[in-house]
Amino acid sequence: MSTAYDQSDERLVEAGTPRAALGAFGRRIRSGDLGMAPVIIGLVVIWVIFFLQNDRFLSSRNLVNLSLDSATIGMISLGIVLVLLLGEIDLSVGSVSGVGGSIMAVLLVYQGWPLLAAILMALAVGVAIGLFYGLLFTQFGVPSFVITLAGLLAFLGVQLWVLGSRGTVNLPVDSWLIEFANFKFLSPLASYVLAVAIGLVYLVTRLRTIQRRRAANLSAPSFQGAVIRSAVMVAAMLFGAWYLNQDRGVGYMPLFWVAAIVTVDLILRKTRFGRSVFAVGGNEEASRRAGVAVNKVYITVFAACSTFAVLGGILAAGRLQSVAQSSGGTDTNLMAIAAAVIGGTSLFGGRGSAYAALFGMLVLQSITSGLNLIGVEAEVRYIVTGIVLLLAVTIDSLSRRARRSSGTA
Amino acid sequence: MNDGSQPILSLRGIDKRFGAVQALSDVSIDVRPGEVVALVGDNGAGKSTLVKIMSGVYQPDGGEITFDGRQVSINGPKAAQSLGIATVFQDLALCDNLDVVANLFLGHERTSAGVLDEVEMERHSWELLRQLSAKIPSVRIPIASLSGGQRQTVAIARSLVGEPKVVMLDEPTAALGVAQTAEVLNLVERLRSRGLGVVLISHNMADVQAVADRIYVLRLGRNGAEFEIGEVTTEQLVAAITGASDNVVAERAARDKTGATIAPEDIDPDAVLPDGHHAPGTGTTPDSDEERDA
Ligand SMILES: Nc1ncnc2c1ncn2[C@@H]1O[C@H](COP(=O)(O)OP(=O)(O)OP(=O)(O)O)[C@@H](O)[C@H]1O
Ligand SMILES: [Mg+2]
Repeated sequence: MSTAYDQSDERLVEAGTPRAALGAFGRRIRSGDLGMAPVIIGLVVIWVIFFLQNDRFLSSRNLVNLSLDSATIGMISLGIVLVLLLGEIDLSVGSVSGVGGSIMAVLLVYQGWPLLAAILMALAVGVAIGLFYGLLFTQFGVPSFVITLAGLLAFLGVQLWVLGSRGTVNLPVDSWLIEFANFKFLSPLASYVLAVAIGLVYLVTRLRTIQRRRAANLSAPSFQGAVIRSAVMVAAMLFGAWYLNQDRGVGYMPLFWVAAIVTVDLILRKTRFGRSVFAVGGNEEASRRAGVAVNKVYITVFAACSTFAVLGGILAAGRLQSVAQSSGGTDTNLMAIAAAVIGGTSLFGGRGSAYAALFGMLVLQSITSGLNLIGVEAEVRYIVTGIVLLLAVTIDSLSRRARRSSGTA
Repeated sequence: MNDGSQPILSLRGIDKRFGAVQALSDVSIDVRPGEVVALVGDNGAGKSTLVKIMSGVYQPDGGEITFDGRQVSINGPKAAQSLGIATVFQDLALCDNLDVVANLFLGHERTSAGVLDEVEMERHSWELLRQLSAKIPSVRIPIASLSGGQRQTVAIARSLVGEPKVVMLDEPTAALGVAQTAEVLNLVERLRSRGLGVVLISHNMADVQAVADRIYVLRLGRNGAEFEIGEVTTEQLVAAITGASDNVVAERAARDKTGATIAPEDIDPDAVLPDGHHAPGTGTTPDSDEERDA
């Protein structure tokens, strides 16, 4: 076989072998392209520490709870990741999630709407809020920081107004939203079938890519490697499912959350829209000159962020079985934003992954859950969370500096 | 071969003002298919501004643009693209966080069934880069880790994605090595022979004289002189650019009646294009140039 197109430069250090891959990984880390590495290492460290303090921390029961508790704010965090990829911010996701939950609950309980209609209405309000932000941002150039700070206040007011004198609205106990968010779990068999099916889909797409790359005379990893990767992936998912199945199992709501993350990740990496999100986050002017519809990208992303916030608010209402004036308060807001940053989404735009919402949220929820188990007070939790956030932002800034000095800014 | 052809792109009376600065006033240029038009002028003369107007980045305050015989308004980069105007900007306009393939196809991504076709884009990337003899180790590394010249090559390659009719190159060879400069000039030749209109901006008179058919001189945002390549010497060009006869180069040219005979030396192809590449312009005699424009 002739040398593949992309392997013909003699300066290219040999790639393809596992050792070369490991070496490339090391070089990437040193040059400041950290990706998900810090947050995954952080998560492992946190789990080990809490496990040593109290071995119930890693029990099936606690991990199932962890998965249920992560999904609500984690859903909000997914929207924050998108906004951060553009180098912008949405400070109002907490309030917006509260408004969304309140609208849904009031329509359901006091207006007698069917649950699905109430949910769709709340989501539509989320879309509208995001569109409004996006228009303000693109048409008048108001910084997103200010727009959404105003939104934070205003929508807190809207939430109180929607809830009115009732203060707290309890969802009907037989509502399927409550079921979905608390009591619905995959059967063990279904969870194993799902794990294997995901592995197979991954394997098939990967093999097809390898085949197409070879046909196009581009270098490609070996079929063997792809099989091994898929096998490891399936084994990990099977073990995780088995471990959770020792308790209640894989919850519908956490599964929904992870599915949303995977979907957003695929959109970001595999579609033109996703490509333009990274492009605008990296260099807005260059994207505009390349013909990217920059304003459309901003507006879509702000709308998506508010919609995910409302979705998170609805899930939280289901999980807590009620909506109150405090729903979507400071805690929700800060946790959602912190999770995206801790997950490794750069504050400078153009770098990050949808999985930041997954791992960042797991880190924060692990800290909360672990400290609860040890029995320390809320103040410690805030302090620890603050330190972890600071650590994450410092890592982001340091890696940016490393990228600059290694010429990959 | 292009006898009597109509301009593909034609600007009339273009004005552009930035606050207190009148960057362009009453500027007109024509670009014909199969013609290389050079745009020269001092720093700040308004060359890049004119290019940005033709590529839809800026809107002119006045004047008309005609493309392919129709009057058009290029109200954005997308409009320029769909007309078939591709641009290599002076500041390159690349996304540092994206890899070479992503930058090349930005705004023109190939998809199959709604999904980015990375394999096809990567294959095509190598083809484009080979055409330019690009020395780029991998197309899967972020643009930021490339050298200045490599980045410039990527920016040039990008202008060839998507079958343009007019290609505008704003100082494309400013950061390039000897071989790559020769390749870019060869590329300009190839674009011309494929019947594209090319607008080339350069401060390097040797490059300009090697490939251009016609030269527009911009001075302080106005149309200065316009030359056919066969009829102009470097000294005349320099004088037109600086706009002064109180300039040492111009003075000497005026005094020195042999100025015209020195000129060919200045456009000696071997000075610009080693490696046995022949300067594209050398085959073009003054006669054939006049023919072309007759
Ligand atoms: N965005 C802008 N805002 C304000 N003034 C501008 C802007 N762009 C260009 N100008 C002004 O317009 C004039 C022409 O600039 P332009 O960049 O077109 O020059 P140029 O001929 O490309 O010069 P160079 O050879 O240095 O690239 C300059 O006086 C410059 O200051
Ligand atoms: Mg310029």
